[in-house]
Amino acid sequence: MTSTSTQADEINYLNHQKGIWSWLTTLDHKRIGILYMITVLTFFLIGGIFAMLLRVELFATGKNIMSAAQYNQVMTFHGAIMVFMVIIPGIPAFLGNFILPLHIGAKDVAFPKLNLLSWYCLVVGAVIAVSSLLYGGVDTGWTFYTPYSIHTNNGTTFVVIGAFVMGFSSILTGLNFIVTVHKLRAPGMTFWRMPLFVWALYSTAVIQILATPILAITLLLIAAERILGVGIFDPALGGDPILFQHFFWFYSHPAVYIMILPAMGIVTELITTFSRKVIFGYKAIALSSVGIAAVSFFVWGHHLFVSGQSELAGIIFSFITMLVGVPTAIKVFNWTATMYKGSIQFSSPMLFALGFLFLFTIGGVTGIILATIAVDVRFHDTYFVVAHFHYVMVGGTLMAIMGGIYYWLPKIFGRMYSEFWARITWVLIFIGFNVAFFPQFVLGAMGMPRRYYDYLPQYASLNRISSVGSWTIGLGFFIALGVIIYAITKGKKAPANPWGGKTLEWTIASPPPHENFLIEPIITAGPYEYR
Amino acid sequence: MNQSEHHIVPIKTYFKVFISLLLLTLLTVVVARPVSGFDAGIFNAFIAFAIATLKASLVLAFFMGLKYDKKQNLVIFLAGVFFVIIMFAFCILDIYSRIQVTGSL
Repeated sequence: MTSTSTQADEINYLNHQKGIWSWLTTLDHKRIGILYMITVLTFFLIGGIFAMLLRVELFATGKNIMSAAQYNQVMTFHGAIMVFMVIIPGIPAFLGNFILPLHIGAKDVAFPKLNLLSWYCLVVGAVIAVSSLLYGGVDTGWTFYTPYSIHTNNGTTFVVIGAFVMGFSSILTGLNFIVTVHKLRAPGMTFWRMPLFVWALYSTAVIQILATPILAITLLLIAAERILGVGIFDPALGGDPILFQHFFWFYSHPAVYIMILPAMGIVTELITTFSRKVIFGYKAIALSSVGIAAVSFFVWGHHLFVSGQSELAGIIFSFITMLVGVPTAIKVFNWTATMYKGSIQFSSPMLFALGFLFLFTIGGVTGIILATIAVDVRFHDTYFVVAHFHYVMVGGTLMAIMGGIYYWLPKIFGRMYSEFWARITWVLIFIGFNVAFFPQFVLGAMGMPRRYYDYLPQYASLNRISSVGSWTIGLGFFIALGVIIYAITKGKKAPANPWGGKTLEWTIASPPPHENFLIEPIITAGPYEYR
Repeated sequence: MNQSEHHIVPIKTYFKVFISLLLLTLLTVVVARPVSGFDAGIFNAFIAFAIATLKASLVLAFFMGLKYDKKQNLVIFLAGVFFVIIMFAFCILDIYSRIQVTGSL
C-alpha cells in the first residue's frame, strides 16, 4: 500500500460542496458519518448530564434535587438515550460509516441513499422518543418491562415507537455494510486481507439485521397492547410478561454485542498500529468476532434467571452464556500477544485501547460471575449488575470510541489535536470511571438494589465516592469535547499518515477527497504489514 | 452487477399465487374457533403458524422472486428463519417446562 496524495489544500469531502443543505442531502458516507457524529455526541451530552444528575441525587440519602418520580424518569431517559441513541449507533454509524469504505478501498457504501435515510430514521425516532416528555415522560427503565409499561403514562407509547423507528436506522446501516463488504472491496482485497475493524463491523451488521426486527415487533406489540388492548404480555389480558422479556432480550442481549464488537474492532486497529507490530492471530480475531455474533443469539435467557423462567431454560442459558467467554478471551489474549515485544507508543488512542483492555476484562469476568445462576440469584437487580454492564459499555465501548475518535480525527478533519490535553482526558476518564463504578461492585455485593431512589445509611459513603467519580468522568468528557472542537477549528494541519498506520485510509490525504481514492487501490498484502 | 438474468414471471402465475393467498386467508378464518368452532387444542397455534408460513413462502418465492434468484439469497433468507426458530424454540422450551412444574403459566 503506497501513499497517493498528501496535498492538504486540495478539494476534499468537507469543502467540495458548501451550505447546510448540501449536508442534509449528502450521499457521501463521510459526511453522513459526520452527521451521525454530531447526533451521537449531542445525545451523549444529554444522556451524560442525566447520569450526573442521578449521581447528584444519590450523593446523599433522602431527597436532594428531584422527587422519586422524577428520578425514575431521569434514569429511564439516561438508559434509553445512551443505549438507543449513543452506543448502538456510536461506532457503526459514525466511525463505521466513515472508515469502512476507506478500509476496503471503496468510493462509498453500496446504498448511499439508504445510508442517508438511516440517519433520518435515527433523528426522527429520537424526536418521537423525546416528545414523550410532553405526555408525562417515561419511567419504565430502558427495558420497558411489562406489565408496568402497559399501564404507566402515555409517554411510554412515544418512546417505544421512537425506538421502533430508530431500529430501522440500525437495520439499514447493517444491510448497507454487509452488501458493501461483499460487493465493493478493492481488487485484491480478499476477506482475509480486510482490516479487523471491517470484520467486527461485518459481524455487528449480521446481528443488527437479524436481531433488530425482533425488538421492533416487540415494541410494536407493546404499543398495540397499550392502544388496542390486545393481550400479549399483560397477564390481566391473558398475556405472559415473561414472554416480553424473552422477546426483548432476544434483541437486547445481542445488542450488547452490537455495542462491543465494533469497539473490539477499533481496539485491534489501535493496538497493532501503536505496537508497530503485525496483529497476532489475525484469523482467530476475525473468526472470534463472527463467533461472538453467533453465540450472542443463544444467551438472552440469563437476563431472566429470577424472572420466573423455568429452571431447565435457566440451566441451558447459563451454560451457553459461559461460552461467550471463549471467543472474547481469544481476542484479549491476541491483543496482549500483539503488544508483546512491540514498540509500544503510549499516544492517547493507545492509552484508551489499554484502558479498554483493563476495564473490559473486569466487565467480562464479572459477566461470567453473573452467568452462574446461583450467584446471579444473589446479585440480580443489585448495583453489582450496574457496575458490570457499565464496565463493559462505558469501560469498553466508550473507551474504544474515544480511542477511535482520537485515532481517526486527523484523517476525518485533517487537523491534529493537543496530545497533552488528550492524555489529560484519558487520565480523568479512566480514574473517574474506576472511582465511580468499582464501589458499585461492593455496593451490589452488600445488597444495594439498583434503580432505587434512596438507600440505607450503610451505603452512603460508597455512593458518595461513586458520585465524585461520575463527575470526574463528566469533566474528562467535557475537556475531550473541548479538545476535539479546538482541534477542528484551530488545530495544526494533519499529515496523511500521522501514526504510521498501514491500512488504506492512511494512504490518502487528510481529510479524504470526495470520492476517497484518486486511483483505485490494488491490494497485494494483508492490512498490518509491520514486522 | 449483472441484471440480464432477471426472470420474468408470467402474469398467470402471479394470479394463481394471488388466488392461493386469498384461499389460505379464508382457511385461516375458517380454522379460527370463534368463527367455525373448530378446535385442535394445543395445535391451534401450530395450524395458524403453518398457514401463515405457507403464505409468506408464496410471497417470497413468487412476488419477491426468491424462487428464481441466486441460491445464496435463499441461504441468507433461511438464516433469518433459523434465528426466528431459535427464538421460538427457547421460548416454547421455557413456557412448557414452566407449565410442567406449575400446571399453568
